[in-house]
Amino acid sequence: MIFGIPGGAILPAYDPMLDSPIRHILARHEQGAGHMAEGYAMATGRVGVAMATSGPGATNLITPLQNAKMDSTPLVAITGQVASSAIGSDAFQEAYTTGLAMHCTKHSYLVTDAEELPDVIHEAFHLASTGRPGPVLVDIPKDVLNQNTQWTEPSLAGLPGYKPTSHGHPKQIRAAVDLIESSERPVLYVGGGVINAGASGELAEFAEIINAPVVTTLMARGAFPDDHRLALGMPGMHGTYPATTAIQNADVLVALGARFDDRVTGKVDAFAPHAKVIHVDVDPAEIGKVRNTEIPIVGDARLVIQALIDRVLSLRDASKAPHREPWIAQLESWKTTHPLSYEQDADGPIKTQHFVERLHALTGGEAVIVSGVGQHQMWASQFWGFSEPRSWVNSGGLGTMGFAVPAAIGAKAARPDDLVFALDGDGCFQMTFQELITAATEGIPVKVAVFNNGGYGMVKQWQNLFYDGRLSATDLGTTVPDYPGLAEAMGCVGLRVDHPDQIDVAIEKALAVEDRPVVVEVVTDPDEMCFPMVPAGGSNDDVVMGPEDL
Amino acid sequence: MQHTLSVTVEDKPGVLARVSAMFSNRGFNIHSLAVGPTHVEGRSRITLVVDAPELEQLKKQLHKLVNVIKVQELSPSETLESEVMLVRISCDPATRGEISDTAALFSARMIDLSPNTITIEASGTPQQLASFLEHVRPYGIVELVKSGRVAVKKLSDVSPSLRER
Repeated sequence: MIFGIPGGAILPAYDPMLDSPIRHILARHEQGAGHMAEGYAMATGRVGVAMATSGPGATNLITPLQNAKMDSTPLVAITGQVASSAIGSDAFQEAYTTGLAMHCTKHSYLVTDAEELPDVIHEAFHLASTGRPGPVLVDIPKDVLNQNTQWTEPSLAGLPGYKPTSHGHPKQIRAAVDLIESSERPVLYVGGGVINAGASGELAEFAEIINAPVVTTLMARGAFPDDHRLALGMPGMHGTYPATTAIQNADVLVALGARFDDRVTGKVDAFAPHAKVIHVDVDPAEIGKVRNTEIPIVGDARLVIQALIDRVLSLRDASKAPHREPWIAQLESWKTTHPLSYEQDADGPIKTQHFVERLHALTGGEAVIVSGVGQHQMWASQFWGFSEPRSWVNSGGLGTMGFAVPAAIGAKAARPDDLVFALDGDGCFQMTFQELITAATEGIPVKVAVFNNGGYGMVKQWQNLFYDGRLSATDLGTTVPDYPGLAEAMGCVGLRVDHPDQIDVAIEKALAVEDRPVVVEVVTDPDEMCFPMVPAGGSNDDVVMGPEDL
Repeated sequence: MQHTLSVTVEDKPGVLARVSAMFSNRGFNIHSLAVGPTHVEGRSRITLVVDAPELEQLKKQLHKLVNVIKVQELSPSETLESEVMLVRISCDPATRGEISDTAALFSARMIDLSPNTITIEASGTPQQLASFLEHVRPYGIVELVKSGRVAVKKLSDVSPSLRER
């Protein structure tokens, strides 16, 4: 499956697609094509492919490339380039694509002869999907696309410097297990690497045999079931109090495929001040980048966690897990004293959190949830009880508004039998909603809830908290556009709810539509703020539970 | 603090751009840079002198570049380093002899002469070149150009004093 848009320089690659079994999904903007490919990859673990022409086609892919780089999503982007003889002449639709992509890809190629293509495409998929996954760009001049060449069996001989480490060092594994077994207050700090490695099963077994709580970062939601007794939810800026506070009190922090992002750590000097750190990551450059590490382990999360399990079980029975009673009791107590909360007035206005909970109830949590960026994203992460990996698709590292609609289309195209529900903000929706035309015409029936609070809610929240309530350029109004009308114009079903009583009916209606995309406008409270919150640069010891704490 | 890094890379278009771009991307400053082929076909060596408080992150980021094959940190005590410098110095008939005597002491040679300048080619360690420059600076330096530093790990037991000859 390829998500793309044709154009002059990439024409020769599009012509043979008519005779090929590869499904091409025609996006309406190359950024949309890129995010669709990301959604496809995040919902499946397979490499997503986006294709675009030279110049503006390629530059429109830059945001998805950087997004995929930040979130370690396997992506191959294929771009047309002006003919070799015209490169450097400022030709029509020319851009220095490999140069532009240098900082936002794992690697990039400019193909100079068609005979390189089998190796380059093979290498591109290998690089995108192995080690720390990421985006790879292949730029192909038009004359090279038109060249005839002999097929050769591709090889990876052209990658002498690329050797990702997959197995953790046995000495480090032993040291890590010694430290974990002797710890009193361990925390497993789980990042997106666990999902990329397909290590959820191993993680659950490991957490149970060592009896340690698990926090899952924004990129790791679903890596560990939220209803597990050891699950504490998401840590960090808008994380749960138990997750953030457990890390602050941990004596041993086991980071598994996590990168100590500033949204998790808050002020780094104050982060996990009592913890010795075991850091497992497939990318050695992540280890020690932000936080000093007592026991670094370079390797694939699944293989390393399995090795940790094996080591523990070579020393004792699985059932002889340390009790850690004071620690477990403390965590349970925090869950009770500091739960996630909001107040839904029966007469409205609707709180996004409430809609998320109703959707979970009415779907049994059986859905791939895709979100944009902002308050609604945090509420989706907080209030959707995740139980499966790859059931959460969002833009974490780059925070790309507009991600949800196209990413949901990619996820639904990849998993047509599953319910894919985008939870989007009105600001995000207005950045990329035209891709719903793609969804309607390509027969990809995604559902989208647009939480319409009439503004850029998270930015407005910061203005209210840190800029004396001076609301500069965050008001979008609630009257334009007419979302249901807009949805209908794009070939979708359009619904609108503005009272809590209407939510269940609207969700049922949306779920009943199978042949078209559905957009549900949910008019929400414009003044609701997202909590808990650790203000940017603040210490994670100072979790603000609500406006009354400020 | 300055560190010398020797980076073996695939000899492919754009590799130098990737390496230098990574430095600016990660906020490191390159003090000096020299690139050239090695004895192995298809392999080039980039010698970098960088200003950085610590090298660990830098080395890891270099390793992440797909075309980078080997990264070696060269510590000053076990490294042979050399730079080439061309320096044009003001002179008159009276000072010309003094300048060329000084150059001879540093095994540097005259490569161009005009009525009021003399151009010297000097090579050696950064310290030797700095020392030579101090000696000729009073005459007036008109123009100065230096190559990037090249370096290789020292395998012999040559004492520093002998190397500094």
